[in-house]
Amino acid sequence: MQNLAIKNICHWALAVMLAVCVIVPALAVTPDEILSNPKLEERARALSSELRCMVCQNQSIDDSAAPLAKDLRVLVRERLLKGDSDREILNFLVERYGDFILLKPPMKMDTLVLWVSPFLILLFGGLALFIKGRRNGERYLAVETLTGDEREKIDAILNSKKADR
Amino acid sequence: MIVEIGHYALVLALALAVFQCLVPLWGALKHDSALMSIAPSVALVQFAMVALAFGSLTIAHVTSDFSVINVIQNSHSAKPLIYKISGVWGSHEGSMLLWVLILEIFGALLALFGSSMPLLLRSTTLSVQSWISAAFLLFILLTSNPFARAVAPPIEGQDLNPILQDPGLAIHPPLLYLGYVGFSITFSFAAAALINGHINAAWARYVRPWALVAWIFLTLGIAMGSYWAYYTLGWGGFWFWDPVENASLMPWLAGTALLHSVAVMEKREALKVWTIFLAILAFSLSLLGTFLVRSGVLTSVHAFANDPSRGVFILAILVSFIGGSLALFAWRAPLLKVGGIFAPVSREGALVLNNLLLTTSCATVFVGTLYPLALEALTGEKISVGAPFFNLTFGPLFVPIFLAMPIGQMLAWKRGDLLGSAQRLTFAAAVGFAAMLGFAVIQGMPIVAPIAAGVAIYLIIGSFVEVAGRIGRVASLGMMLSRAFGLPRSAYGTAFAHAGLGLTLLGLAATGWGIEKNITLHRGDNLTLGPYEISVGTIKEQPGPNFKETVLPLTIREGGRVIANMEPSRRYFSTRQMQTTEAGITTLGFGQVYVNLAEANADGGYDARMYWKPLVTFIWLGALLMAYGGAISLSDRRLRMGLAVKSKRRSEAAVAAE
Repeated sequence: MQNLAIKNICHWALAVMLAVCVIVPALAVTPDEILSNPKLEERARALSSELRCMVCQNQSIDDSAAPLAKDLRVLVRERLLKGDSDREILNFLVERYGDFILLKPPMKMDTLVLWVSPFLILLFGGLALFIKGRRNGERYLAVETLTGDEREKIDAILNSKKADR
Repeated sequence: MIVEIGHYALVLALALAVFQCLVPLWGALKHDSALMSIAPSVALVQFAMVALAFGSLTIAHVTSDFSVINVIQNSHSAKPLIYKISGVWGSHEGSMLLWVLILEIFGALLALFGSSMPLLLRSTTLSVQSWISAAFLLFILLTSNPFARAVAPPIEGQDLNPILQDPGLAIHPPLLYLGYVGFSITFSFAAAALINGHINAAWARYVRPWALVAWIFLTLGIAMGSYWAYYTLGWGGFWFWDPVENASLMPWLAGTALLHSVAVMEKREALKVWTIFLAILAFSLSLLGTFLVRSGVLTSVHAFANDPSRGVFILAILVSFIGGSLALFAWRAPLLKVGGIFAPVSREGALVLNNLLLTTSCATVFVGTLYPLALEALTGEKISVGAPFFNLTFGPLFVPIFLAMPIGQMLAWKRGDLLGSAQRLTFAAAVGFAAMLGFAVIQGMPIVAPIAAGVAIYLIIGSFVEVAGRIGRVASLGMMLSRAFGLPRSAYGTAFAHAGLGLTLLGLAATGWGIEKNITLHRGDNLTLGPYEISVGTIKEQPGPNFKETVLPLTIREGGRVIANMEPSRRYFSTRQMQTTEAGITTLGFGQVYVNLAEANADGGYDARMYWKPLVTFIWLGALLMAYGGAISLSDRRLRMGLAVKSKRRSEAAVAAE
């Protein structure tokens, strides 16, 4: 029973999200939101593209037409007009909504693996290949270059062929 | 009746698949050629059954048979014919049926064209392929039956999701699935090699065309999907680092790595174990993609038709196939003999580097996509991993790839000359650098744009340096032509595919110079957008087949002369009570003017988001060029399967000797 209820809630939530984000495709940033100061507006756009629209499937507030996204965009712009720094605005939003709002997760204990794994994979993969490659290369040289002994033998064969003629 | 025939055919296909799973494999283990040789015919009949099932579902959709639940939920009698047909795979059930159909197509192709292959390899491969078919047929029949009838058929259907009523639906899923599922064959080949315990250059030669086919379709499928999202979702983006997109990017990266390592194996018998691993990986990631998209565990902008309850079944398939194949790999791979050896600086070495970078970038996408899921499951904390993360991690990983690609092409097999190769690229590097400076001066900020554009131009020119060098700068044109024709097609294939990536990069770089305007449009307004002037016409309403639309005509002028008209619109679908926006897009040169409309304001004006996107079409043209390069490579004589007879004899002799 409980499962069914949860499922219903899920479906309902999904429907609402879709309703908000898809069924009424309005525009994301509307002309009336835009700040007259182009420097501030540019910062506003940059900030918006790093903030998640909380009720949408997977959009930044800069891309989303949802009312909540609009509220946040307006909020970001109000704060910018008050003279807040980008950092202050992000901190304020994280306090209210949690890390979930940041599309670029902050580096913390929880996200350490996420951030370092690409570099670790590259590092260890590269190291393994380097060691293996060196060994391989040595073997290659050992096989492909003739030792003095071998060269003498070949010369002897070639010379004997010449002598036969 | 036709629907029941389809359903029955699907059950028959499952029975055949189960048969095929066991009998040829048993034959392979017992060296019984009679048992082995039934595999191709069973594969063909199996394909025929699934094709029959697919055909009958298509007929149900085309004739708007509203006694079938799938048709009720996804069709409408007034829907245009093309969407009635493409609507077959617009639903979860139908798309899974398409998935299996393509799986069977690949099985049937192998049955038809694999006659030059050793019987043992062919029958084992077909048998493994049937394991996959059986699992997915079971999935369809148990959890996602498209043939279920309704108890009380309604008069009219509920129509297809309007967002899917687009030519994109007709093209994108089949292409993407041909790519995704195409890697099933290379997976089956790898599993067969592990089961049989021998693998050599001939194996690589058989596998390479299949890997190429899958890669070509996946490339086209991803590009098509990206363009569809670009013009449908309405904010001009073409890649969102969305889980569903990442799900298709991961097999592409693994598949690209596979393509390169299988080339090494074919030429030099090196990297055997690694190639097998990549073949397993590419299809495992395809399965993972299917799971992510179909189970609904991830939220995505492309979410449609998913159901958590089915996820468990796909998860079970996923775990058994990936787990099973990796276990097989761990057990059998150490038995494979190490092949040819090479110096670190060599073509092989370059391809190993390519593999390292591609698999690392693939792992980055993998971790980024699944991390939020894992973290939430473990600690309950919710985080988002979006575009800014991927741009920061994935982006830098591709820089060395771009730079190394032309150098790798130039290095000789076994032992290469790094300095000499680099010297031959002086011209490409110089032009790239000059372009970088030029773009920086003319177009300016942001700084990433001219750098990326410069790298792109170096890559495009550099891709052809190797071919040009082989043609040479000899005196007579005739000699150059005859040399040009004499070169293997795979050399051209590589050049075009690499240049294609460069072209895509150039398109991406040029997004930095795009112009965006958010503005309210009124009748008679004139405004400038980049190099163009745009004037606003009178709004008009017009009816469509199953929608009404509001159109705002715009005229684009350049220096006062009219060069194009465009009609961005909003559509209203009454059955589902949904609105969609149809962005107005006009291609001018290689750039595009893109206009998206919002609803009418109180004063009768329309808010619009307008873009001038210079060179934006390069993003997708580059992908087309990549696929074209793949196709040229596929047409190379060496890869035509009938011509691999010699190596077949050799490998059969090897079998006999054991």
